Amino acid sequence: MEYEAVIGLEVHVQLKTRTKMFCGCANRYGDEPNQNTCPICLGYPGALPSPNKEAIVKTILAGRMLKCEIPDYSEFDRKNYFYPDMPKNYQTSQLHHPLCDKGEVALHKYAFPKESQENPEASLNKVVHLNHIHLEEDVAKSTHYDDHSRIDFNRAGTPLMEIVTEAEINSADEAYAFLKSLQQILIYGDVSDADMEKGQLRCDVNISVRPKGETKLGTKCEVKNMNSISGVRRALVHEIARQIEIVSSGGSITQETRRWNDALGETTVMRSKEDAHDYRYFTCPDLMGFQTRPSLFEEAGKRLPELPQEKKSRFMDSLDLSEYQAEVLASDRRLADYFEEALSKTKESVSVANYIINDFLATEPDLDSPKIPAQQFAELAELVKVGTISSKQAKQVMTYMFEEGGSPKDIVKAKGLVQISDTSSLEPLCQEAIDKNPKSVEDFRSGKKAAVNALKGYVMKQTKGKANPQLVDEILLRLLG
Amino acid sequence: MDITTETISSLRKQLIAGDIEAVDIVEALDERIKATEPSVHGYLRFDKERAIDQAKSADLSKPLGGIPIAIKDNINETDEFCTCGSKYLESYRAPYNATVIERLKDAGAYCYGRTNMDEFAMGSSTEHSAFQKTNNPWDKDRIPGGSSGGSASVVGARSAIAALGSDTGGSIRQPAALCGCVGMKPSYGMVSRYGLVAFASSLDQIGPFSRSVEDSALVLQAIAGYDPHENTSCREPVPNFSEHLGKSVKDLKIGVPKEYFGEGIDPEVRALVQKSIDWFSKEGAQVEETSLPHTKYAIAVYYIIATAEASSNLARFDGVRYGHRTSEATDPISTYLKSREEALGTEVKRRIILGTYVLSSGYYDAYYNRAQKVRALMKHDFDEAFKDFDLIVSPTSPTTAFKAGERLDNPLQMYLADVFTIAANAAGICALSLPCGFTQENLPVGLQLMGPRYGEPTLFQASHAYEQAHDWWKTIPSIA
Amino acid sequence: MSAEKIDVHYVAKLARIELSDSEAEAFSSQLADVVAHVQELNEVDLSKADSLIEQQGAGENHLREDEPFPGLPRDPVLANAPESSEGEIVMPKIVE
Repeated sequence: MEYEAVIGLEVHVQLKTRTKMFCGCANRYGDEPNQNTCPICLGYPGALPSPNKEAIVKTILAGRMLKCEIPDYSEFDRKNYFYPDMPKNYQTSQLHHPLCDKGEVALHKYAFPKESQENPEASLNKVVHLNHIHLEEDVAKSTHYDDHSRIDFNRAGTPLMEIVTEAEINSADEAYAFLKSLQQILIYGDVSDADMEKGQLRCDVNISVRPKGETKLGTKCEVKNMNSISGVRRALVHEIARQIEIVSSGGSITQETRRWNDALGETTVMRSKEDAHDYRYFTCPDLMGFQTRPSLFEEAGKRLPELPQEKKSRFMDSLDLSEYQAEVLASDRRLADYFEEALSKTKESVSVANYIINDFLATEPDLDSPKIPAQQFAELAELVKVGTISSKQAKQVMTYMFEEGGSPKDIVKAKGLVQISDTSSLEPLCQEAIDKNPKSVEDFRSGKKAAVNALKGYVMKQTKGKANPQLVDEILLRLLG
Repeated sequence: MDITTETISSLRKQLIAGDIEAVDIVEALDERIKATEPSVHGYLRFDKERAIDQAKSADLSKPLGGIPIAIKDNINETDEFCTCGSKYLESYRAPYNATVIERLKDAGAYCYGRTNMDEFAMGSSTEHSAFQKTNNPWDKDRIPGGSSGGSASVVGARSAIAALGSDTGGSIRQPAALCGCVGMKPSYGMVSRYGLVAFASSLDQIGPFSRSVEDSALVLQAIAGYDPHENTSCREPVPNFSEHLGKSVKDLKIGVPKEYFGEGIDPEVRALVQKSIDWFSKEGAQVEETSLPHTKYAIAVYYIIATAEASSNLARFDGVRYGHRTSEATDPISTYLKSREEALGTEVKRRIILGTYVLSSGYYDAYYNRAQKVRALMKHDFDEAFKDFDLIVSPTSPTTAFKAGERLDNPLQMYLADVFTIAANAAGICALSLPCGFTQENLPVGLQLMGPRYGEPTLFQASHAYEQAHDWWKTIPSIA
Repeated sequence: MSAEKIDVHYVAKLARIELSDSEAEAFSSQLADVVAHVQELNEVDLSKADSLIEQQGAGENHLREDEPFPGLPRDPVLANAPESSEGEIVMPKIVE
């Protein structure tokens, strides 16, 4: 029997704000333990929360980028349960009136793992729907020692956005593509840095399997503790196989929470359903409900970026880039901006795209503060266009740009890379090539037109690559004709 | 200067005139405390030396310059203990100031003495303090009321000029009535709750205890107003309350809600309150009967909402970051179970259990959600009534101070002591209790006036007029 | 809504309070009284309540700008903690 997996994700995203969700403490990673704390985020007696407007705007912005409906009214609820890393033993969260309802993420080809992109079974362009997005506060960080644990409350109370999908993901690859696409969009909106390895994006999965064609859902397990997007994929591959094995051999799945161990490549039981929580949600009486319109909605609207897929289409349609080029450049907003900055000085979009993708990216540049000014790629493209240097020489120029620095014009001048483009100096060399290579000449005349390349190669070699290749072609064909 | 008959305003006049110095007040109070505390036990702590230092550096040009204020022990003041009457917080030292403490200091006042209370403000007799029993200054075999029984008893005993308390269901007004002083619960949002250890967030308000209505207005003036630290804080500018003092009650429309004059009221209380109402009529106020139809549900609504919020608010007392941690902890769960078992009192546990129950899976709609709806109807009753009336009048408490121990075994009967005060918290309106006479046994009786939300000016106006026409507040308990 | 017997042990576990048997028994009957009392809410006509609650919900937004505000120095925080080490608060071992 064939089985299918049914997967829903709960994605937690740390928001980029200066201060925490309900207090003015710094929202910053890496400080001394308990350095960024106050009565509010420590859950001290008598402290009260003040909601951070920026976190609310960023959540609405995420919602608008993800095509959510933004309800007019929103409020916070308390989710009550005891845990040492939770200062008040309730989490201020949202249940009844979250900031964003519904929403969707389209799974584009390049979001899938490379090896799956050409797989005909990959569900390219499938749309995964969101249930909602809500805003809450993060918990503290605990470190475990042999006989005790230690708690650092710096992270406690930092803003955390939770994105909950519908259970309509059906494979590990789809989950991977979903997270990649989501991550890209969140970074685009400057909502979060969304680095899973840094814990800025965290993902719990709910997964069940059922015979294909069955409409009833199987018993689900929750899997936690994945530290990268590929880790999520690995965990899902494993968990889907585990569940199918149980079900297909007549067993039944126990509803439980399982922990993924990436090193061992397996999931193990964390807690069973008997420990299920009774969260006793109720509206937080310390916080007033608020209206999302007009001001918060409009503030988010001002920050709506051109989304990756829109940008990609524009690069293909108006700038003549290939799908691959457009995809690579649009995958990172900083890279796309860099590319477009270069294009403010030239119309040679394809050449500039090639330089950036094939050469510049190979240097693993720091895209936050690139060492090479973008305009230099424009200058280079222009030098090739007007024939000052050949494309081949352009490669050489870039080597100097990356290694020694300097503008393409200066490099061309300093290194004597100017292309030889006058007929009077090239014609004698072409004649020499013909004279010294009778075999090639014979081949050419007997119809092997490609034989001209050997003659061209001779001229290029004699000029150390400086000859204008188009001009050499012209002269050779004329002399041979 | 006889400290037992002074008020903030009379002391301020003498300070400004240079007739007395601020330290004279501390010395005089100290004498009085020595005389009354052995029978009252209203203070948990007081530090005379610190008070003298603060009195010496007081800025007399400020509105409350040089005036000491006693503080209920659930309001955070930097470096001070703030036990909330609980073993759990016995060793906790506040690292920050509540907004009201900042405001008092800005107004030139200083904090002198921390007052006893029912643990986490849960109680109506102050018998639920983990540390000591407080006695009523008019009869030391009786309770002072609660939960702010400490603040009420020291102001009533004249061993404090004024005090702050907190009122969640009557915890300022009921003890004020029982101790013979003025107790005021401001409108919800009028005074910042930041730094007040929360009992029930949607009901809690900090307010003043004082000897006179004028003093009540002076203290409220200092502590009221918008606080960015509190999300539910009112953004309206605070009116100048003093401007409303000294006006008559002529033409004020006063409603007498029939539901507040039913069975279960002590006949002497009823008679004294009726006499006060007659005075308002005589002075030209338009007094008429009115109805607040959902009054009878107040206790039920209150005990669901207040305990639900409390169960969540008190979850932070877990033995992790501050306060009591059991020596038997082996893991987080045992840390919680044991620390809370050992350090929380019976009434607190009882209410946490009730609050947890009404929020738990399967019961939320039947209890909490329904109570919120009835609360909205109660609030609506007041909105309707205040279309016709400026103020509503009632007894503060159905009885005078009861005997210590009398209701300890019957929580429901204890809860009924708050029957007339709870509605103001549920509706978020302002209310004030002031003395309106004494019973045959020489126990004070309180008159409650209720005004609409942010209706404090009229509330003070009418209370002040009544007070000026009577001399109840000048009667001093003979406890010393 | 009918006055059901409160499962005091379950609720106490949720509230993370250990109760002795005698305490649990006393609470059980006292809370039954309270719960019986609050049954009177069943008789209230709630048809107008939802629209009243809705009206109360509307108001202007009270939100904080994303500006830093000084927090607490670490010393009083650690001094209040039952146990601490190297700037962190120490707990009996958390086993997830």
